[in-house]
Amino acid sequence: MASASATSAHPSAHRSHMARWLVVAVPYLWLLLFFVAPFLIIFKISLSDTAIAMPPYTPVFKGFDAFGDFASKLDLENYLFLTSDPLYIKAYLSSLRIALISTFLLLLIGYPMALAMARAPNSLRPTLVMLVILPFWTSFLIRVYAWIGILKPDGLLTLLLQAIGFMGPDDQVQIFRTDIAVFIGMVYSYLPFMVLPLYAALEKMDATLLEAASDLGCPPWKAFWKITFPLSLPGVIAGSMICFIPITGEFVIPDLLGGADTLMIGKTLWTEFFGNRDWPLASAVAVILLILLVVPIAIFQNQQKRVV
Amino acid sequence: MKSHLLSLAAAVAATTIAATAAFAQERVVHVYNWSDYIDESVLADFTKETGIKVVYDVFDNNDIVETKLLAGGSGYDVVVPTGPFLARQIQAGVFQKLDKSKLPNLSNMWPLVTERLAKYDPGNEYAVNYMWGTTGIGYNVAKVKAALGDVPVDSWDIIFKPENAEKLKSCGINILDASDETFAIAMNYIGKDPDSKETADLEAGGEVYQKIRPFVRTFNASAYIDELANGDSCISIGWSGDVLQAKTRAEEANNGVEVEFVIPKEGTYMWFDNLAIPADAKNVAEAHEFINYMMKPEVIAKSSNYVQYANGNLASQQFLDKEVLENPAVYPPEDVVKKLFTISPYGPREQRVLNRVWTQIKTGS
Repeated sequence: MASASATSAHPSAHRSHMARWLVVAVPYLWLLLFFVAPFLIIFKISLSDTAIAMPPYTPVFKGFDAFGDFASKLDLENYLFLTSDPLYIKAYLSSLRIALISTFLLLLIGYPMALAMARAPNSLRPTLVMLVILPFWTSFLIRVYAWIGILKPDGLLTLLLQAIGFMGPDDQVQIFRTDIAVFIGMVYSYLPFMVLPLYAALEKMDATLLEAASDLGCPPWKAFWKITFPLSLPGVIAGSMICFIPITGEFVIPDLLGGADTLMIGKTLWTEFFGNRDWPLASAVAVILLILLVVPIAIFQNQQKRVV
Repeated sequence: MKSHLLSLAAAVAATTIAATAAFAQERVVHVYNWSDYIDESVLADFTKETGIKVVYDVFDNNDIVETKLLAGGSGYDVVVPTGPFLARQIQAGVFQKLDKSKLPNLSNMWPLVTERLAKYDPGNEYAVNYMWGTTGIGYNVAKVKAALGDVPVDSWDIIFKPENAEKLKSCGINILDASDETFAIAMNYIGKDPDSKETADLEAGGEVYQKIRPFVRTFNASAYIDELANGDSCISIGWSGDVLQAKTRAEEANNGVEVEFVIPKEGTYMWFDNLAIPADAKNVAEAHEFINYMMKPEVIAKSSNYVQYANGNLASQQFLDKEVLENPAVYPPEDVVKKLFTISPYGPREQRVLNRVWTQIKTGS
């Protein structure tokens, strides 16, 4: 018995080591399959040239025998082109501007909502969380389409403002197909992604801290800035990143609600890929976008590490 | 648990096999056509007659079709690309040659259209014409009259002259978002070769749009039908049948909006949408049967009557409604046809110049 357990001790330790290794490997495998591999494919296409062929670029990887010839045909021409034409830089900057403003608006609207939810009676909170998630039950696309119905010149908003006498019967709301409509769409679509991390951070907060502050004569607004806000900072950063990153690359909302002059990198990428059939240049645009977003992602990662 | 999973897997496998078996027996054809471009009863009739099920999918943009086809494995058996796109796709090896022995109805086709189509498909080996039309001006009669006075609407001046565009601004101008066509039209308007691919000519064509850009409200290629029909916009560069559909919708809605289509006297772009079979199509025999069926005179006439586009089938003209066949906006008279031009496909570098200028125009930069 004793000898049996002594001999089995070593393999079982080995097995638990294996298991631990496997658990660690899963996320890396995930990353390899769904991030690194697609990225390498896109990166390779970004170094190619367009061609009238299937697929519409050259060279195509045909195995390792001809690898030298294959590699010699790759170059950075597309990246040089991106810097030579101000359109792309303008589109990147415009996307970052729209994403920054949208994120700020989201924070402005989402924070009071999250705070109210966190301070609501315990019994009410699950209902409030469910109400925030409720819009996901309808397709994102249909919800954006609904905004067209609200914002268009003869839409519901105009009818409402005319009915309450705020507007004359011949006036119309001129919001549809402007940047304002884009901001409305962004804030509406991403609000749950801002509210939920904020709520998670605020709900964990120890309420006795505020009581203590109040007992010591600290006014509520000061207690908010000194205690509540700093403690909710992880939620603020998480919510902002989760909104900022996808908004930068957003295509659907600017395409459906924005005007022809709403310049965003997602639309530029669409034109390169579909309109110009220039997969290599579209890939280069995507790689640069990824590099631009790595900075906020790195901040987010770093912040998450500190929380843990 | 394990045994449950096993039996579940077995059940799934069994249904998959059954489904594949059923699939093998059921003949099917996957068709990818433009939106609002067929009388849907035609599809039901086809299934009734041949027993072949039609899986029908639609698009509103040539670029999306081309990207799907170039990526390969699109799963479609019949697609309907426009001339210059067809030409480039043939060059890229997207399509297979038609087996003309399986297309006896080819004898019904219209030599005039087949000849013009040969510009894109030399020898007419890969495609047969489905329908064709022109890109002209669709307008709201009352609103344009209110803005410009009692002037005849018969020239591109109506939209391209900045002083006219400025007056039309408040009632809404839409420009068709199809860069290859809009540039050809503008180059033709300023007296250049509409088929030119020179950078200087393309930029000169772009200038035409830059000058009226401050007065343009939208650039789109499908929403403008409804916008014209319900009076949201008053003038648009648009495709003949689309504008006529807007006219019909306005009449049906009885909303007091009167929409008309005109082929401007300077001439315009004549386009052809064509049926072709991808090289990797799985149901080649069914695709041929479908194409052959679409070339039946009474079948294509039914669709033309419905969508108000002309077709490339001469024998079908006896089955067309009088208001379609005799409408100069659908079947233009000979002297107008002479002024219609076609364009050849753009190469990759030319396409980039073109879309670059087009993006600048659209974003107003």
